[in-house]
Amino acid sequence: MIERTPILNAVTYFIMFLGLLLILGPFWMIFAASTQSLAQVNTVPFNFVPGADFLHNLQAAWQRANLGPALFNSLVTSLLVMSGKVIVAALSAFAIVYFRSPLRHVFFWMVFLTLMLPLEVRVIPTYNIAADVFAPVRWLIQTLTGIELSLQWNLLNSYSGLVLPLIATATGTFLYRQFYMTLPDELAEAAKMDGARPLRFFIDILLPLSRTNMLALATIMFVYAWNQYLWPKLMTTEADYQTAMVAMRTLVPNINSLPEWNISMAGALIIMLPPLIVVAVLQRWFVRGLVSTEK
Amino acid sequence: MAEINIRNVRKSYGRTQILHGVDLDFKSGEFVVILGPSGCGKSTLLRMIAGLEEISAGEISIDGTVVNDLEPRDRGCSMVFQNYALYPHMNVAANIGYALKVAGVPRAERDRRITETARIVGLEEMLDRKPAQLSGGQRQRVAMGRAIIREPKVFLFDEPLSNLDAKLRVQMRVEIRRLHKRLSATSVFVTHDQVEAMTLADKLIVMNKGHVEQVGTPLEIYHRPRTRFVGTFIGSPAMNFFDSTIAPGGNFVLLDGIQMAIDPALGRDNAGSTVSVGIRPEHCRLVKAGTANSVPATVDFVEELGSGRNVHVDIDGTIFAVGGDEAPFFETGATVGLQLPSEHIHLFSRDTGLRLDDAPALKHNTNQSTVAA
Repeated sequence: MIERTPILNAVTYFIMFLGLLLILGPFWMIFAASTQSLAQVNTVPFNFVPGADFLHNLQAAWQRANLGPALFNSLVTSLLVMSGKVIVAALSAFAIVYFRSPLRHVFFWMVFLTLMLPLEVRVIPTYNIAADVFAPVRWLIQTLTGIELSLQWNLLNSYSGLVLPLIATATGTFLYRQFYMTLPDELAEAAKMDGARPLRFFIDILLPLSRTNMLALATIMFVYAWNQYLWPKLMTTEADYQTAMVAMRTLVPNINSLPEWNISMAGALIIMLPPLIVVAVLQRWFVRGLVSTEK
Repeated sequence: MAEINIRNVRKSYGRTQILHGVDLDFKSGEFVVILGPSGCGKSTLLRMIAGLEEISAGEISIDGTVVNDLEPRDRGCSMVFQNYALYPHMNVAANIGYALKVAGVPRAERDRRITETARIVGLEEMLDRKPAQLSGGQRQRVAMGRAIIREPKVFLFDEPLSNLDAKLRVQMRVEIRRLHKRLSATSVFVTHDQVEAMTLADKLIVMNKGHVEQVGTPLEIYHRPRTRFVGTFIGSPAMNFFDSTIAPGGNFVLLDGIQMAIDPALGRDNAGSTVSVGIRPEHCRLVKAGTANSVPATVDFVEELGSGRNVHVDIDGTIFAVGGDEAPFFETGATVGLQLPSEHIHLFSRDTGLRLDDAPALKHNTNQSTVAA
């Protein structure tokens, strides 16, 4: 749209600038606080000028929260959740779009409904299952045959426990489904004529074509997994499996301790970094994957 | 090379029947064109041969093997799609060679055959390009290359030229025919374009509403359309029709008082009944008004074609097209005479649409129903 409206332009720029301040303001606050000393950070009103204690604060946060192993745990679980989601969503959308089974709509809507049931809502049943994975199977076998099995698999305090319950994704399935539906049917038919079986078609044709989609999904899902707090907090009782988000909790001052917000903010800054890097690197693909489909 | 036999093949989606029992035999190495308006079931039939649609009833066999329950890859067919369906992320070489890659042909052998195929379809220079960087005609060639590299028994073409512009279409038509001559695999080509059908076919099949209307060589179908539908569908402009009653004597039909002689034997059987009379525009003749044996007509409008012209004339509200290279020029509104040479007249039953001198059994029925009416 080409219009000459200098006043309107000025207003839009002003609103955009305001938005930018609103988004960047808190970040600056975290950064400023993380550079100040205990006394400086507790002055009222808050002083937005950075201080000189940055490195000291970073070091204190790193040691107190034992951030080294925590960041490693977070990285491992986030990468696993991310790749799990990207793969499972691609496969389930493939099944929903390309196979004419009579129940596929039922399955699609069931997947879709889980959008309304995030982990926070079903956290207790999920915990039950994670604590005893084969409970439903044992129950089923016992009611059907009367045989009592002693199958046990406990996911608490393990990477699989941190990762598996987070892998199913309705958003991802939906994203892939929409993309697959834009591809002409003839593509699948041509592959069929060329002799490719379904899995071959999926790997040779669908996956390369959905590359931008995959990267977009990977970006969102990495950040999502990185930011998980409730589930890792519930799942892990051993310090070995603590994730960065959970470790962060130890840096937040409580009522009896010193109000060392400068150190909490330094910790927050460190924990924020990996998702920022991922978004910065994949940002180009992220926008492309959500906005348009490659021709 | 393979022959294809289609026995009483039906297709229905739920309660809607698309194909109502099709029986066809394609000889080995034949170029078969299936022609029909959209929705006549021609593409469905082709896709059933390919294995992309289930066969609801009946049997299709390729080279003597019933293929109803075989997967597309086991049928030995390859197919060229209307929108080409090239793999957008692969370059031309990978597109052409994909079938071989799937089949596990070793790399060296594969490269050799890709080069050879690219040479046949004239794409040697383009092997590294992606489909998006190709023109319509080049994409078409890639699609053909992809089809021929597998050396299939049967080629299936699903309206492959309809996305091309008119000039390219003529060129590709010639290339397809040349390619067929060279590879001589049985080819089945589906189209709604009668010119493509006439020029390409060894055997032409005209379909309408899920039925096969006529099977024959293009010339047979042009000169002796078996049904009124075929008469209308083949030829441009379409065949002219008028209703007429066969004179009691049985040897001529009438248009506005002008007599046209017909086969006496045929006339005798149908004497007194009303029939549908068809004559092609290129067989009508325009003469000066008042010439003997001509029907007075008014020129409605004239289409100039360069090589000839189509003159549309009005006879008491019925529009007749007169065409061909020799149609003389008349001003719009002029009064002229129209002559219909009796040797070019086609007679069809008004009820069944069948050609009268072609289906003796039905002729009887027509007669009866007319008498009853």
